Amino acid sequence: MSPSEISGRADGGPPAANRIVNDFSIQVATVNGSGSQTANLVLLRSIFQMGVPVSGKNMFPSNIAGLPTWYTVRANRQGFVGRKKEIDFLVAMNPETAREDVMSLGSGAAVLYDQPLKLNTLRADVVFYPVPFDKLVAEVCKDAKLRRLVKNMIYDGVLSKLLNIELGQMERALRKQLGKKVKAIELNLGALEAGFAFAEKNLVKRDPYWIDRTDKTTGMILVEGNAAAALGCMMAGVTVVAWYPITPSSSLPETLIGYLEKYRKDKETGKATFAVVQAEDEIAAIGIVIGAGWTGARAMTSTAGPGISLMSEFAGLAYYAEVPGVVFDIQRVGPSTGLPTRTSQGDMLQVALLSHGDTKQIMLIPSSVQECYSMAMAAFDLAERFQTLVFVLSDLDLAMNTWMSTTFPYPDRPPDRGKVLDESTLQRLGGWGRYKDVDGDGIPYRTIPGDRMPAYFARGSGHNERGQYSERPDDYVNNMERLARKFETARRYVPKPEVQDASGADIAMIGYGSSHWAIEESLDQLEREFGIKSGYLRLRAYPFDGQLGEFIDRYDRVYVVEQNRDAQMLALMRLELSPERIGKLRSVRHFNGLPIDARSVTDEILVQEGRKSRDSVDAGVVSPALAAGGE
Amino acid sequence: MASTTFEPGKKTNRIGLEVQPYRGGKTTLCAGCGHNAISERIIDAFFEMGIDPRSVIKLSGIGCSSKSPAYFLGASHGFNAVHGRMPSVGTGAVLANRKLLAIGVSGDGDTGAIGIGQFVHLMRRNLPIVYIIEDNGCYGLTKGQFSPTADVGSTLKTGVANDLPPIDTCTLAIQLGASFVARSFSGDKKQLLAILKASLGHRGTCMIDVVSPCVTFNDHEGSTKSYSYVKDHEEPLGEISFVPFFEDISIEYDPGTTKEVRLHDGSTLYLKKVADEYDPTDKLAALRLLHETSRRGEVATGMLYVEPDRDDFITLLDLVEEPLATLPLERVRPGKAVLDEVMESLK
Repeated sequence: MSPSEISGRADGGPPAANRIVNDFSIQVATVNGSGSQTANLVLLRSIFQMGVPVSGKNMFPSNIAGLPTWYTVRANRQGFVGRKKEIDFLVAMNPETAREDVMSLGSGAAVLYDQPLKLNTLRADVVFYPVPFDKLVAEVCKDAKLRRLVKNMIYDGVLSKLLNIELGQMERALRKQLGKKVKAIELNLGALEAGFAFAEKNLVKRDPYWIDRTDKTTGMILVEGNAAAALGCMMAGVTVVAWYPITPSSSLPETLIGYLEKYRKDKETGKATFAVVQAEDEIAAIGIVIGAGWTGARAMTSTAGPGISLMSEFAGLAYYAEVPGVVFDIQRVGPSTGLPTRTSQGDMLQVALLSHGDTKQIMLIPSSVQECYSMAMAAFDLAERFQTLVFVLSDLDLAMNTWMSTTFPYPDRPPDRGKVLDESTLQRLGGWGRYKDVDGDGIPYRTIPGDRMPAYFARGSGHNERGQYSERPDDYVNNMERLARKFETARRYVPKPEVQDASGADIAMIGYGSSHWAIEESLDQLEREFGIKSGYLRLRAYPFDGQLGEFIDRYDRVYVVEQNRDAQMLALMRLELSPERIGKLRSVRHFNGLPIDARSVTDEILVQEGRKSRDSVDAGVVSPALAAGGE
Repeated sequence: MASTTFEPGKKTNRIGLEVQPYRGGKTTLCAGCGHNAISERIIDAFFEMGIDPRSVIKLSGIGCSSKSPAYFLGASHGFNAVHGRMPSVGTGAVLANRKLLAIGVSGDGDTGAIGIGQFVHLMRRNLPIVYIIEDNGCYGLTKGQFSPTADVGSTLKTGVANDLPPIDTCTLAIQLGASFVARSFSGDKKQLLAILKASLGHRGTCMIDVVSPCVTFNDHEGSTKSYSYVKDHEEPLGEISFVPFFEDISIEYDPGTTKEVRLHDGSTLYLKKVADEYDPTDKLAALRLLHETSRRGEVATGMLYVEPDRDDFITLLDLVEEPLATLPLERVRPGKAVLDEVMESLK
C-alpha cells in the first residue's frame, strides 16, 4: 500500500480498512539534554491511558547534552512490548541525524519534522508532515529561554491529532508528569494545544497509523525496572544500602532513597530505619554490604559490569566466609567501559563464577518489572537462607526503560531470615560449629555479633567446621564439599523456570531476562507466519533446576537466545548438562547494544532451521545514524 | 605469647568478668613481635574498662597485624576481611548495629598501600571505631618488603634503602576528619594503655598508629621502625592519664600543667603538658607538631589530636536508637497502604 494512495477523510483519519490500529512504533529523534523526556513520557502515557499496550525505550548516548537520542514508543494491541526493529512513525527533531533517520525508514513510514530541515525531498515512499516548531513555540511561550523546553510538547500535540490520541489523555498525562508545577503545566498545555490546532488546520492525514481506545491496560501501571526493584528492596526490609554511581544502576538506589526517606522514617522519632552510604567505590560498597550482612542486617548494593569486576574479591570472601548480601547487576555493554548506555546480558558467566578459586554464585534473573520487584524480595530471603551473596541480573533495557505491568502484590509472608542459632537450637544440637553441616543441606547455623550467642571469627582464609584457622587438607576438602552441597540445595529454593511446551514441536527456545519479550513475540511470528511451533523455557535463576534437562529432552533442537557474543548462558549449561543434551543446543545471540527484537530472533532461527538463507535476512538492524554511534 | 599483666582466675572487673574472655587464641606471630604487645594492651584496656566482649566486634584486613584479632577478645565476634578493605566491612557492621563497639586492626601496608582509599574515607566519615595501625614499616608476612610508612633512607635487612617519602597516617587522619588521633609505641605499656582506654570512651573514629617493630625483618640498624630507633627518637607529648566515667578519682596534676578533655561517655583524659604549650584540640598545632618532629627524624607520640564533640557517622545518618539489624518487621516493611499509594502513583 502506497501511503500516497490513502485519501484523507472528513474526520482526518484514514479509511477504516486501511488503518493500522494500535500496532506501530513511534521514534522521536532529539538531542540529548533538550528536555524531550517529558514530551516522550506524555506520549507514552497517553496511549497507555487509552487502554493500548505500550512500551517506551530510550536510546541515549553516554553524554550530558548535545548528542543524539532516540526515544521509541511501541503500541501493540497484542501486548508485545519488546523492541520493534522497524520504525513506523518518525519525529525528526535532530538536524544532525534527521537525514539518516529518514533514509533508514521502511517504505510507508511517516515523518513529522521540523520544517526548516526540508526532509520531504529525501524520499517519495514516505509520508511527510512539516511543522514550523520555532514559529509555533514563539507564539505560546513569550520567554525565549523556556522555548527549548516546551517546544517538544508541540510534537505531542501534532501526534495527538494525527494518530487519534485523545488530547484529554495527553493533558492528563502531562499533569501527572509535572505534578504541582503549575507554571510549567500551563506553558506545556499551551504548546500541546498549539500543536494540535496546527495539525488540525494544516495537515492532511496520509499515513495509516491510528490509536483506538481499548481496555487492555485497565488497572495497570507504568514503571521502570530499577524503580520496581527499589520498591522490592524496601518491602524486603532492607536496612543498609551502599552504592557507587554507575549507569545504568544509579536510578535503583536513587529511587530507593526516595522511597526510604518517604516511607521508612520512624513514625515517632522521625529517625531513619535505614542507612544509605554512597561509597568511595564499588569495592567499599560491597564491603559495607558484607559487614552489615555479617552483623545481621539486610544489606544491598547495586552496580553494573565494571562494578562487578571490582567486587569480585569480596564476592569470594562472602562465598567462603558465608555472609549474606544482595547485589543488583544492571548489565550494560562491556568489555571494559564498553557502551555504558546500551543494554546487554554480558555478565552472566562472570557473575555465576565470580571471584577466584572455586566459587559459584546464586543469580536471579528477572524478565519483567514485576519480577524486579518480587525477585528483590526473594534475593534477600535466599541470601539469608544460604548465607551468601545473591545477585539479581537485570539489564539496562529492563531497568531504565518504561514497562507496563499489573500492580505488584503485597508480600504475603514474612521474610526468611535463615538459620540463625538461638538458645533452643543450641540446646537441641548440643553444640555448635559455625561451618558444621548439621542438617545435611550444606547450610550451617550462624551467630550474629551482639546476639549473645557463641562468637566466631569469620575469615577468608582456610577454616575448619568450627571456624578456626586451618590449612589441613581434609578440613579444606570437607568445607569445599559442603559449600558445593549448599549450592545443590539452592537449586530447590531459587525461582523455578517457566516452561511453555508446544505439542508436536521439534524445536524450542530457552531464554532469560529481558530477552523474554522478543522471544514471546518470535514464538508468535514463527507460528503465524511460518507454521513453526516452538516450546519455550524461561530461566529465572542459576543454579539451574532439574526441569532444564528434561525440557531439552523433549525437543530435537533447542535455541538458547541471549544478548551477548559468547553464548554465556549456554556455556553455563555446558558445565553440567550431559553430552546428549548439550548436542541439542543451538545459539541465537544479539549483542549490538540495542534491546533484542523478535524479528532478529525469528530470522536467525529460520536461517538455522534452513528455512531462510542468511543473505535474505535483513542485516540493517540499526538506523545508520545510530550505527554511526552518535559521536 | 598472649599473656597479660593479670593473674587468671583471680581479679574480676566492674562487670564481674575475669580476664579470660578478654584473651584470645595463642599467637602465631614471631616471638618478640611488637604486635603481641599491642594485643596484650588491648586485652588490658577492654578488661579494665569492663566492656562486655560480647558487645565488641574485631575487624582486620590482611597481613601480620590483621591476624592479631584472633589473639585477643576470644569471646567477641571477629572478621578477618580482605586486604586493605576492613574499613568498609567495619562501616557496614557498625551501621547494622550501632550498639557494638568496633575495633579494627590494620597494618602499615594494609592501610597505607592497598587500603589507603578506604582508610581515607573511613576517616572522613568519623565512623565510631577504634582503628589501630600496627606500624612496622614493612610487609612481614611476605618477608620484609617496604611499606608506604617506611622512612626515606631506612634500609631492609638486605641493605636496600627506601627512597620514597613515607605516608604519615596521623597527619592524614587529622586532615581528613578523624576525631581522635594518637601515636604510640608497642614498647610503651603505660602510654599505649592510656590511649587505648581513652579511645574506648570516645565516639567517632579513633585512629591510633602504633609503631611496632618487626623483629624478623625490620629491627636492625638502618630501620627507623626498630626498637632502638624509636626509643632514641621518641618525643612523648606528655604524660597521659585517663579516668573512665565510672571512676571518681581526683587527679593529682597541678591544674596549670594539665589539659583536660572530656570524652563522649563522660570519661576524662588528662594530658600533662611538656615544655611547649601543646593543645591536642588544636588541629593546626597537631599538624605543625607532626611536620616538625618528622623533619627532625623524631617520632611524636601521645594524644595528638582530639575533637570530642564532632558528630559521628551514626549521628549524621540520623539512625534510630535500636540496631538496624534487629528492627522488627513492622518497622522495616511498610504497610499495604504504602504499596497501594505507590501503585496508584504509577497508574
